[in-house]
Amino acid sequence: MQVTNKLTPFFENLNFERSDNMMVINFGPQHPSAHGQLRLVLELDGELVTKAYPDIGYLHRGIEKMAENMTYNEFLPTTDRLDYIASTANNYAYAHAVEKLLGIEAPRRAQVIRTMLLELNRIISHLFFLATHALDVGAMSIFLYAFREREFAMDLMEDYCGARLTHSAVRIGGVPLDLPKGWLEDLEKFIDALPENIALYEGLLTENRIWKMRLEDVGVVSGKDALNWGCTGVMLRGSGVKYDIRKEEPYELYGELEFDIPVSDRCDSYGRYRLYMEEMKQSIKIIKQLIPMHGETEPQLMAHAPQYISAPKEEIMTQNYALMQHFVLVTQGMRPPVGEVYVPTESPKGELGFYIKSEGEPYAYRLKCRAPSFFHTGLLQELLVGTYIADVVTIIGSTNIVFGEVDR
Amino acid sequence: MAQHQVNYASAAGLPVALTSVDKLVNWGRSNSLWPLTYGLACCAIEMMASGAARFDFDRFGTIFRASPRQADVMILAGTLSKKHAEFTRRLYDQMAEPKWVISMGSCANTGGMFNTYATVQGVDRIVPVDIYLPGCAPRPETLQYALMMLQKKIRRESANMNKNTKQRLV
Repeated sequence: MQVTNKLTPFFENLNFERSDNMMVINFGPQHPSAHGQLRLVLELDGELVTKAYPDIGYLHRGIEKMAENMTYNEFLPTTDRLDYIASTANNYAYAHAVEKLLGIEAPRRAQVIRTMLLELNRIISHLFFLATHALDVGAMSIFLYAFREREFAMDLMEDYCGARLTHSAVRIGGVPLDLPKGWLEDLEKFIDALPENIALYEGLLTENRIWKMRLEDVGVVSGKDALNWGCTGVMLRGSGVKYDIRKEEPYELYGELEFDIPVSDRCDSYGRYRLYMEEMKQSIKIIKQLIPMHGETEPQLMAHAPQYISAPKEEIMTQNYALMQHFVLVTQGMRPPVGEVYVPTESPKGELGFYIKSEGEPYAYRLKCRAPSFFHTGLLQELLVGTYIADVVTIIGSTNIVFGEVDR
Repeated sequence: MAQHQVNYASAAGLPVALTSVDKLVNWGRSNSLWPLTYGLACCAIEMMASGAARFDFDRFGTIFRASPRQADVMILAGTLSKKHAEFTRRLYDQMAEPKWVISMGSCANTGGMFNTYATVQGVDRIVPVDIYLPGCAPRPETLQYALMMLQKKIRRESANMNKNTKQRLV
């Protein structure tokens, strides 16, 4: 009988001390290739994985509980720390859900800026995926190249909102600031140079013999399995299912923009890698269309809804009523109407949505975050069985999970 | 290193450098600080960025190691949850002396914004911390500065390990 304690907890059908030739190993929670604090308990027969148990909760911070004790605007910076590789995607998903609850819409200029930032974050996130995935598989130079490119994008984010990682650049009802002078030119320079660099990465990897050997037919998820396990994003599109929320339920300006949804029928890690590269090119295409749109819009940045959103700074400083509203909104917080809302968005990792139940108080009664990585982590218990131990890191890298989002 | 005035051109013999054992040992230690890759949350991304092309940690002789047996410094980057705390202590105990700890970011320093049931309110409750660096998340420059401060600290220390160990017991 197995003695359970915190270091060797009880897992169903799994004995840590055993008499047959099986070996049980702990992978993580502190493993450099575990993409955060993932702990996998693997049962091995030689080098073959026969059972895999993802053990999560090592980064559980109680974010959903915190939301119940914070006003809606207070909670926004906390969403940065969910998927910390693409913070704006989280900010947006949350702000979008609250806006739907309030029944307001951001003005057009804010929408242009938001869509731009979302796509810039998609590029940042995909470059990060490429860097870490290649590092895990053993291609160190890709890590250095991709991070170099990522720094340019981070500089753009920093110029806009002042933060490198935790942006809070999207607010409920719009964006706080207009684009700084010269920002669009910098953005243009960045996206003009990016295709050349993507070609460099593809030249180093796509036909690389080692890269193909490590990725091809590794981590095969059939379209049916992907749907059954609740996979979204590249995990789903890599399995031949054409599903992208930007096309299915367009939000912001995605309905007006022209872009394709790349799909792969390969179902393996290599197909997903190709999709990530393809998606970066699509993001470039989207940003290119957005740049001229900025100049054609009115300069209003925050929605006009005095009940929920503070007036612009000039009005607060000159008009008494606007000042009073601002005071009440800051000290008490906005009170959305009673109701519940769930809005899905396409984050770089998949479907990210916030469910909010409001009872008319300044605090959410319940907030639930539907994070894509959580479902992809669950998939690991089926995906890893029958693979070799060396492929485990490839598969974890290819699912592109991030633990801020899984454990919340 | 001690300053010395030797005219290598005129003196035909070997170059001579004079120093104390403390300074020599600490010179070696401070210029080859190998941190354990201990990315916990958001700060880990900035820690990786420090190691990558733009900020280039290798300039300080700093190369990330995946094993605690090979590491001198533990950079605790991110939120430490109660579930993870005992592993942190185990890994710290597995590191060979002399060892130092950098607590990176608000969460590691004090628990930061996550004052909840699941979060350790500061890693100094688990391991002794040498350098606290503020920020959420701290920029790579901050981490570089922290490493330089740690080097400074090491250079001031006595090379006698036993003495250090006794002080550092928690």
